[in-house]
Amino acid sequence: MPPQVTPAGGTPTESVTRRGWRLVRRSLRLHPWVHAAGIMGANVFALAIVGFTVVVGRITDEVIVPGLDGEGVPRRSVLVAVAVVAGVGVVRGVSVVARRWFNMLATVRTQRTWRRAITDRYLDVPLSFHQARSAGQLLAHADADVEVATAMLKPLAFAMSVVMLAVASLASLLLVHPLFALVAVVMFPTLTVLNRRFTRAVEAPAAAGQAAVGVLSGIAHESLDGVLVVKTLGRERDEVERFTAAADDLRARRLEVGRLRSTYAPLYYSLPQVGIVVLLLVGVWLVDRDAASIGDVVRAMSLFSILTLPMEILGYLFQEMPRSVVGMDRIDRVLAHPPEGRPSGRGTVAAPAPDTVPVEFDDVGFAHDGGPPVLDGFDLHLAAGETVALVGATGSGKSTAVALLAGLVPPTSGQVRIGGRPTTGLGPEGVSETVATVLQETFLFADTIRSNLLLGRHADDDAVDAALAIAAAAGFVSELPDGLDTELGERGVTLSGGQRQRLAIARALLRRPEVLVLDDATSAVDPVVEAGILEGLRAPSIPGGGPEAVGTPTLLVVAHRLATIRLADRVVFLDEGRIAATGTHEELLEVEAYVALARAYELAGGHR
Amino acid sequence: MSADDPRRIDGVGALSVLRRGLAASPELSAGAWQTALMALSVAGSKLLVPLLIQLVMDLSITDGGVRMGRTVVLCLVALALVLASIQLGRVTYFRLVRTAEDVLLGLRTRAFAHLHRLSLAEHTASRKGVLTARVTSDVETLTQFAQWGAVAWIIDSVQIVAVVAIMAVYSWQLTLVVLVLHVPLVPILKWMQSRQLLAYEELRTRVSDTLAIVSESVHGVEAVRAYGYREPMRRRIRNAIDAQYDQQMVAARYFSLVMPTADVFGVMAVAAVVGTGVWWGDAWGISSGELVAFVFLCNLLIAPITEIGEVLDQTQTALAGWWKVLDVLDTEVDLVDPVVPVALAAGPMDVRAEGVEFGYREGGRVLHGIDVVLPAGASVAVVGETGSGKTTFARLLARLADPTAGRVLVGGVDLREADPDDRRRAIRMVPQDGFLFDTSIAENVRYGRAGATSEDVDAAVAELGLTAWVEGLVDGIHTRVGERGEGLSVGERQLVALARAQLADPGLLVLDEATSAVDPETETTLERAMERLAAGRTTVSVAHRLSTAERADLVLVFDDGWIVESGPHDELVALGGVYSGLYASWLGGTRDPA
Repeated sequence: MPPQVTPAGGTPTESVTRRGWRLVRRSLRLHPWVHAAGIMGANVFALAIVGFTVVVGRITDEVIVPGLDGEGVPRRSVLVAVAVVAGVGVVRGVSVVARRWFNMLATVRTQRTWRRAITDRYLDVPLSFHQARSAGQLLAHADADVEVATAMLKPLAFAMSVVMLAVASLASLLLVHPLFALVAVVMFPTLTVLNRRFTRAVEAPAAAGQAAVGVLSGIAHESLDGVLVVKTLGRERDEVERFTAAADDLRARRLEVGRLRSTYAPLYYSLPQVGIVVLLLVGVWLVDRDAASIGDVVRAMSLFSILTLPMEILGYLFQEMPRSVVGMDRIDRVLAHPPEGRPSGRGTVAAPAPDTVPVEFDDVGFAHDGGPPVLDGFDLHLAAGETVALVGATGSGKSTAVALLAGLVPPTSGQVRIGGRPTTGLGPEGVSETVATVLQETFLFADTIRSNLLLGRHADDDAVDAALAIAAAAGFVSELPDGLDTELGERGVTLSGGQRQRLAIARALLRRPEVLVLDDATSAVDPVVEAGILEGLRAPSIPGGGPEAVGTPTLLVVAHRLATIRLADRVVFLDEGRIAATGTHEELLEVEAYVALARAYELAGGHR
Repeated sequence: MSADDPRRIDGVGALSVLRRGLAASPELSAGAWQTALMALSVAGSKLLVPLLIQLVMDLSITDGGVRMGRTVVLCLVALALVLASIQLGRVTYFRLVRTAEDVLLGLRTRAFAHLHRLSLAEHTASRKGVLTARVTSDVETLTQFAQWGAVAWIIDSVQIVAVVAIMAVYSWQLTLVVLVLHVPLVPILKWMQSRQLLAYEELRTRVSDTLAIVSESVHGVEAVRAYGYREPMRRRIRNAIDAQYDQQMVAARYFSLVMPTADVFGVMAVAAVVGTGVWWGDAWGISSGELVAFVFLCNLLIAPITEIGEVLDQTQTALAGWWKVLDVLDTEVDLVDPVVPVALAAGPMDVRAEGVEFGYREGGRVLHGIDVVLPAGASVAVVGETGSGKTTFARLLARLADPTAGRVLVGGVDLREADPDDRRRAIRMVPQDGFLFDTSIAENVRYGRAGATSEDVDAAVAELGLTAWVEGLVDGIHTRVGERGEGLSVGERQLVALARAQLADPGLLVLDEATSAVDPETETTLERAMERLAAGRTTVSVAHRLSTAERADLVLVFDDGWIVESGPHDELVALGGVYSGLYASWLGGTRDPA
């Protein structure tokens, strides 16, 4: 059941109301039956409230007035009156339940549809999409924007019944007397105009108030986040002043909204009272001329006391409309991004290699969307089983080379081949069959250590233990309260940077990769431990053992420590996206820029 | 989640929250009586229509026909009263809003100021988010309540009382009928409310679960792809979204039922009033006008009862939020300024720790019996494993906390006695996280000393040899540093922090070196700047750099809260103890074995 995701297609110049109705139609198409049930409930409700006023009117004429002012009424009439009031009341109640339930169902289902569509798209778009946006922004699309885009649906069913309500009440009033209908025709449009006018007037100050809340909490976050610095600088008083100024501003904005509301609201809620007094006056005059009964007047008055509610609902719908349209636009912009082309023959990629796999970068260039080249004419061949260290200053293109090899991004020009196959044809999933990458930023999921190591694959405990041993992680994992089943993340234990890196290495090893890429993957690991890990990686047997055990993996290491660099068969020195020199560490000591960098590494080294 | 659940105020009644809140917010009681009186009039004005109906039906429409003149007079008086009530309503509503905003402003700023008075021991990493929430989201729940719930409580409860009072004037018998019929509504609404509350609480958990998993898929996008974890991730996200949906529908059950339930009870009251009123009306002395007015009065009860039902949930959240903010205000300030402040001299100062111990309120002691003397002008390196107490020791020197036993003397003055303004000038700590404010570099440096001019800022930058670096930035010294300073690299943030310290010209400098990797180019600049900053001051560095320890006059080795070794670098290496072990492992990674 793929969701019907059709882009809005509306031009921004189109009026908000038109775009709003388009959004309504789109939502109705998405879950038509649920919406229909909610709207049906709302219409029954509209009929029931008009019906209730008719009942009250007739009871006044036929039961109350004769019963109390006249000669009395039979017991049966009283019982019927009670039963009819109760009956209409129950119908009214049930219709409200139906309206609320089905309308909520429709809203929540629509939310689910958008949430699924958005999160699916996040998984399927190219990595460049993610690199161009902040995580907070992406989360907001899946959370707040979905809420906002569907906020308009909440009053929808009720609003859809307003027409029915208007027709039924006008008919009811006309049946009593055209003069009553006239009062209504003057009264209710006035209410609608008042409501719209208030909504418009309050829009800007309300938005300013919302912005002021943002500013204020921004200050609170900054100030308390940096409390150590605030204290060391003795800036407590200045910070309180800054916060108070923002809080004052917020108060002023809110008071502005409050002033508007206090001007409009009493008028809005009291106008029906004015209408009722006028009705009463007209009604008594009509009674005097025998043109209406007392019951008719009562009926008209009780209708008036109810009619403000649907007017409010309509107002609420119009108020939510612009926000919802904007929210939906943001969602549509996400959905407009086409998913990354996926290779058709996924999972069947890596032929069981008897040996390890060579890696070829063939005249590779890479640039972010129209930006300057990050890598340029990058030619690098790694023989099977070879260990190569990538060295270069910040921004020289090391991490880009890693991302290209992992198939995370496609090269702008040239080709990256693994075992002779271009990465672009394999996609990240295909590449991950052969290549295991340990990224610079270790990412662990809020799950057990075991799940984090396996990531959806299967491996027995022996293999897991062996991988942990090589990554020098076996020790601390066994000391955790639940060992491999210890939960990580917010609700679980927190690991140090070095421990996290060691788990990430074990995760890579567990896949018995033919190619292993370490992007500065041991920066937080103690140098002595690091040396041990690297020794283990280069040992011929990788965990899992067994008959199909592979040989030494081809190893690409981005390194900052001389000890690591010295382990490599070959060092590739990158400078501003180009290979400046290659050779062993000792050979490169002839290159001036390389020596400067190595010296700086030495100076900065020893971070613990 | 559960620790910071806004609803958990077990055993705390609404009244005790209110009492405590009143004490903490004088704005709340200012003019309260007048406000209450006005609210009463506003609620009373809603009764005009039923009263008018009763009067007109009973006085104007008599057996002898209709008295039009009397009707006109009654209606005009009613009209005038309605118009007056609109004006009164405006004034009252605005008064309520203003009071609410005054209370919120006061509460917010007092809580914020109090948070900044608390020592660092209260601002632990794990509580940081919680404390921020106190002055943001917790006060916001109060705001939402103030804008609707509180006003609803005042107006609605007054209206209910007024309606019932008028009813009782007309007929106590019928009033009894109405009240009896509404009695079962109270437990039913209460029960539904508590179920609804639970449902929403559960829903909040589901929502944060969904957010957590989506956030993982976004933050870990590279890991997800690099490990072929896309499809399992998709299943996990979908499960979370579906679980949230299911819970939304559980909550929808109560959302759909609460309002109509109250409504149905209201209608049943009308039915009962009509039945009993007509049947026994003559005996009870009820006129037809009064009975019709009663029917309208019943309708006037439905709305406020339903609304109170709807704001109950909000009320509970708001009370809990209020309670927590009040808790902040009641947290004892643990760093007390001296009654008789002692001045600190300018120039390098010696440091003396006498029997210093430190322990956090929760968790064990982190420092035991520290006795050490650091001569004025010395450069001291403090080393040790994570958790050895070295950072805590550094913080005590800047009086970010007071020792739980013993004392710290700087320049011969116990820090507890030292003039706070002198202390801030003469002792400067540079923390390792290099947090910067979201403004320009110049402004961030200027924060180093109150009243510093831009010339002072430029001078400080120049003195540390940072002019070239600053000029290389996009907007020079006016470059904005971004949130938390994240527009700059870790190393660059440290440079700004050093310039800030230079501007203050302290006699005692406490440096907490950064642990994370700094790029080599910045490293060189940083090294030089630190050297210049340290010149002519007593310097205590929590050292993560080998070179810092090598250069120091004195190295203090911390282990498990004790100073286990101290002396110059060479002596300690020769000693073959803890320090020489540390040194060996340091060397292993960084130096080419000679």
